[in-house]
Amino acid sequence: MNKFVRQLLPFATLILLIAILAALKPNTFLTAENFFNVLSRSSVNGIIAMGMTAVIISGGIDLSVGSMMALCGMVAGLIMTKNSSIVPTAGLMWLGTLAGVGAGLLCGLLNGGLITKLNLPPFIVTLGTMSAFRGISYVMNKGMMFDVPTYTFLGQGIVPLWKTAENMVAAPDGTLKRQVLDILPPWSSPDLASLGQNVQIMPHGVPVNVLIFVLIVAAAFFMLRYTPLGRYTYAIGSNRQAAYHAGVHVDFNLLAIYALTGLLVGVAAMIATSRTVSAQPTAGISLELDIIAAVVIGGASLSGGRGTVIGTIIGTLLISFLRNGLTLLGISTNIQLVVIGAIIIGAVALDQMARAKAVESR
Amino acid sequence: MIAAPQETALQGGIALRMEGISKRFGPVQALRDVRLTVRTGTVHALVGENGAGKSTLMKILAGVYQPDTGAIEIHGRRRTFENPAQAIEAGVSMIYQELDLAEHLTAAENIFLGAEPRGPVPCTVSHRAMIARADELARRFNFDLDAAAKVEDLPTGDCQIVEILKALRRNASIIVMDEPTSSLSEREAKRLFEVVRRLRSQGLSIIYISHRLEEIIDLADEVSVLRDGQLVHSEPMTNLNISRIVHYMVGRELTDFFPQRNVSIGEVLVQVDGLSSDAGVRDISFEVRRGEIVGMAGLVGAGRTEVARAIFGVDKRTAGSVVLDGRELDIHSPGEAISNGIALLTEDRKRTGLCVELPCSWNITLPNLKQIGFTPFIKPARETRIAADVASRIAVKWSSPQAPASSLSGGNQQKLLIARWLLANSKFMIFDEPTRGIDVGAKTEVYTLLNKLAEQQKAILFISSELPELFGIADRILVMRRGKLVGNLVTKQTSPEEVMHLAAVEEKA
Repeated sequence: MNKFVRQLLPFATLILLIAILAALKPNTFLTAENFFNVLSRSSVNGIIAMGMTAVIISGGIDLSVGSMMALCGMVAGLIMTKNSSIVPTAGLMWLGTLAGVGAGLLCGLLNGGLITKLNLPPFIVTLGTMSAFRGISYVMNKGMMFDVPTYTFLGQGIVPLWKTAENMVAAPDGTLKRQVLDILPPWSSPDLASLGQNVQIMPHGVPVNVLIFVLIVAAAFFMLRYTPLGRYTYAIGSNRQAAYHAGVHVDFNLLAIYALTGLLVGVAAMIATSRTVSAQPTAGISLELDIIAAVVIGGASLSGGRGTVIGTIIGTLLISFLRNGLTLLGISTNIQLVVIGAIIIGAVALDQMARAKAVESR
Repeated sequence: MIAAPQETALQGGIALRMEGISKRFGPVQALRDVRLTVRTGTVHALVGENGAGKSTLMKILAGVYQPDTGAIEIHGRRRTFENPAQAIEAGVSMIYQELDLAEHLTAAENIFLGAEPRGPVPCTVSHRAMIARADELARRFNFDLDAAAKVEDLPTGDCQIVEILKALRRNASIIVMDEPTSSLSEREAKRLFEVVRRLRSQGLSIIYISHRLEEIIDLADEVSVLRDGQLVHSEPMTNLNISRIVHYMVGRELTDFFPQRNVSIGEVLVQVDGLSSDAGVRDISFEVRRGEIVGMAGLVGAGRTEVARAIFGVDKRTAGSVVLDGRELDIHSPGEAISNGIALLTEDRKRTGLCVELPCSWNITLPNLKQIGFTPFIKPARETRIAADVASRIAVKWSSPQAPASSLSGGNQQKLLIARWLLANSKFMIFDEPTRGIDVGAKTEVYTLLNKLAEQQKAILFISSELPELFGIADRILVMRRGKLVGNLVTKQTSPEEVMHLAAVEEKA
């Protein structure tokens, strides 16, 4: 019961936050567009946070995810701009995407390999690779970014649930207004000429990156809860020696966790690249801290053995909605940093108090 | 420090009087109207099964908990402790089972923690003065201790001396020792008893908590027995013996402390030949037959645990072979050992046994996921059922299979780990100190269980520091000394004296 209440707390905070924002800004906040916008912005952090959740449950930490994201994006950008024309071809975009995700996997394997084979603390290894990955990202294009103007599918693409035929008409007050002429099924591709001048077909539905985000969350939830790898992750974080004596192949499992985290960073990097249609060597600076914060707000313990996918999602969304809401309320990004800092400390303090109480009542 | 004239003045007086102590934790009445009187210059044993309320009572005395009702008088003065510091101030020092020392600091630094002698420069500590004063303190009580050594480098017995000196440095007049011998070898324990007697002769009062009743018979002047949070008996030792103490503890006579068994011992299942490891065991050869319980005796540090670790793949095997069921094994990790049908119940259930914050059911299935068909996917409902089923076979008491392992008492935590290996259904089971720190009732259950496993034709290696239980249950006893196997005796044809002699006495070459 106590455990249940503890997990409910961040969730209740999230609902409360959404309710307050909905009441204050019903017209701008409480729209499907805004929600998808927030989710889409959360997708990069949220995907990486899934890996970070497993890493933190195992008693480790991965500080290199921000730099790794920049590196993956740069690898992809390098390949996509290989033909040195301004617009990358579809084939190169596919190849670049695979290379970016693959680069993440390799980076993760490097982290995991150093941690298990050299028996070094994850904090030290990933502190080192954080610096190294960032350096390589800068070197790759002499500190410049790669422009990939047509690489929009992951960042801006929509899986349509329906389409509308729209037209811009002048309102009586002289402004242009969007007028919906027709609602069409998602698979339709009507002949534009037959619809008349200035008519556009607009897809409506779930952003591609939100869909990927949801699929990865489901996979991570399943992995941690229903597979031996997930179970071993908890066991290693709770008591590494005990897990080893129970026959868990600790090194192999840790390697897998860091490698999977790298893979997720690769995916997130491609979404981030697509959102900005450019691969930037400065991408993801201090991203690791945002992600660790989300995982910790979600109830994970930095000493390992504790944490959930649901908690991390709530933590991620809490930070995203807070940012979004504060922006809509016209509060500066500088003040937002202070608020988020207070939330991190407050969440962990409340959690500790609840735990202390649970121990005392035993 | 205890001043000499005061000691004699207080001799025979009342050092501690606890009256009408009650304490409730949520729905659990941990203590009910408990009375405890400890005389000056005596050793007062406090016994009771796990969960009887010994620890709670002592934590109230030490100021960790506050009683709901009741009063504490120390040397005739009424006291209330709101925190441990006030109890220490009043002369009460606790020495917990898991010692409370800063491992990376020296013995002297631990002894003077919080009251370091000042150096000549302001805000500095004089290490020389500290070591000198620690040495002086040790000499005064006739202790042999290297005060400049780091605690992590000291044997467990010496760590206890450090704790005692820390208490003496704080002018303790009442020292509570909670299971002080549970991690000591026989020799270290003997030394500790001497220390306790010396402290008593200096006028200190010792409250001594132990599951080892033989020690209490030897050491205590008076015995108080707690059962289910109540004081059931308190009497001078001279009128008591083990069976009467056990009677008060459990409320019944334990006639069959070591259960009888009739097992047919089969062919050789395990053949260890010339085994050496990088952890210092050398040229170990023995065999275990189906249905046989082979005991392993030896002092702490003799290499018993290391033999188990070498077989189980924790330590690296440098020579020799292990043959199980006619097949030579090449094991490099516990995972390989388990899949080859070997189980090891480790001696330290906190460090190498349990994942305490994880659910009980997870702790049971952890080494068995593959075996019970949970690869690639775990089925939670089935997992709960399997765990509950195996746990009920040895009567593990838990509030639910999902409760964290930390919520169980020590004896039940041990049973949880045993349940894990029952589920694994291994052919060869190694139990390393399975009865350490658990109460009399639970010990008997463990013995019964070992017998049952032997009846199922398993081969069992039973490592223990308690000779009575080895003699009570093992068919043969192996004796280890300094990493070598020095004895392989049939229990019925040997004596505790012979085993002790082999374990403790170095032959002159």
